[in-house]
Amino acid sequence: MKPYVPQYVGTVTKYVFVDSPNTTPQDIATAAYEIAQGVMIKETCFGCQITGSPEDVDRIIAHLRKLDPYRIYVKDRGFPPGDARRCRADLGGARPGYLGHEYEMGLVRYIAYGLQETDRMTPEELSAAAGREMPTPEALDIDILESLMKEE
Amino acid sequence: MAKVFIYPATSLILSDLVARFGHQPLGSAISIREHIQTPGFDSPPIQMTSDDPQKGLKWAAVEVPSGIRGRMSLYGPLVEEAEAAIIIDEPDLSFGCMGCARTNELLAFMLREKDMPRLELRYPTSKEEGVTFVAAIKEFLKNLEGQQ
Repeated sequence: MKPYVPQYVGTVTKYVFVDSPNTTPQDIATAAYEIAQGVMIKETCFGCQITGSPEDVDRIIAHLRKLDPYRIYVKDRGFPPGDARRCRADLGGARPGYLGHEYEMGLVRYIAYGLQETDRMTPEELSAAAGREMPTPEALDIDILESLMKEE
Repeated sequence: MAKVFIYPATSLILSDLVARFGHQPLGSAISIREHIQTPGFDSPPIQMTSDDPQKGLKWAAVEVPSGIRGRMSLYGPLVEEAEAAIIIDEPDLSFGCMGCARTNELLAFMLREKDMPRLELRYPTSKEEGVTFVAAIKEFLKNLEGQQ
């Protein structure tokens, strides 16, 4: 066993995702670089990662959100970019752990629409919309299940 | 600003919406960050140590597999810290090995048992459901401000 000396202590890392017809990951990264002031920015295929002190990261994210308020999504990340335990440069092959992001990025167009619509709502309309039932998915028909079992 | 536990704990959508509406999302990244920024002994490959399953004993019994106890050492403190929770019912993305699956069950159980405001939803599948989804979260978080 050897001592473990952590890197980037006291920093936070955040993912910035963009899914927009008007804003590209490159736009996001460029805008972040413009006001980086020494904060680490890493451009990625989905947006960028920002690592720095919590205040600096919040400042940059507040600026980036203004570019496309309904289509930029931010999330915390535990590991800093390039960490040898997660980075593909060290591990090789596909990086594990993007399954959830991939799934949710398929749904963010509904969220973007929801954010846009709820922004225009009055408090009464918001309460009414919030109280609306979300229908539960229909159960699998027993005949379809039987046919699937016979196919096997 | 309330501390809101999000389930699935890795959810991008929930994390973003909670932060966007002015609260602090509690997800797995918070625990992982604390874990990897704490000096100690090297325990490759991802810095879980043999102490973690012992810490997890607070939330899961000794006969529960160590994988679940190890994971609970990350989630348990967050659940204790949480002042509210948003839970997605049966999220498709939240599957994995038995360790993950059982931890998720235990986590959902703990969140439902704890006496705190809770919102349960499922992922939207259309634009209209997207409006309901965002409105429900916005309303829930707005009411949290009133309670504080």
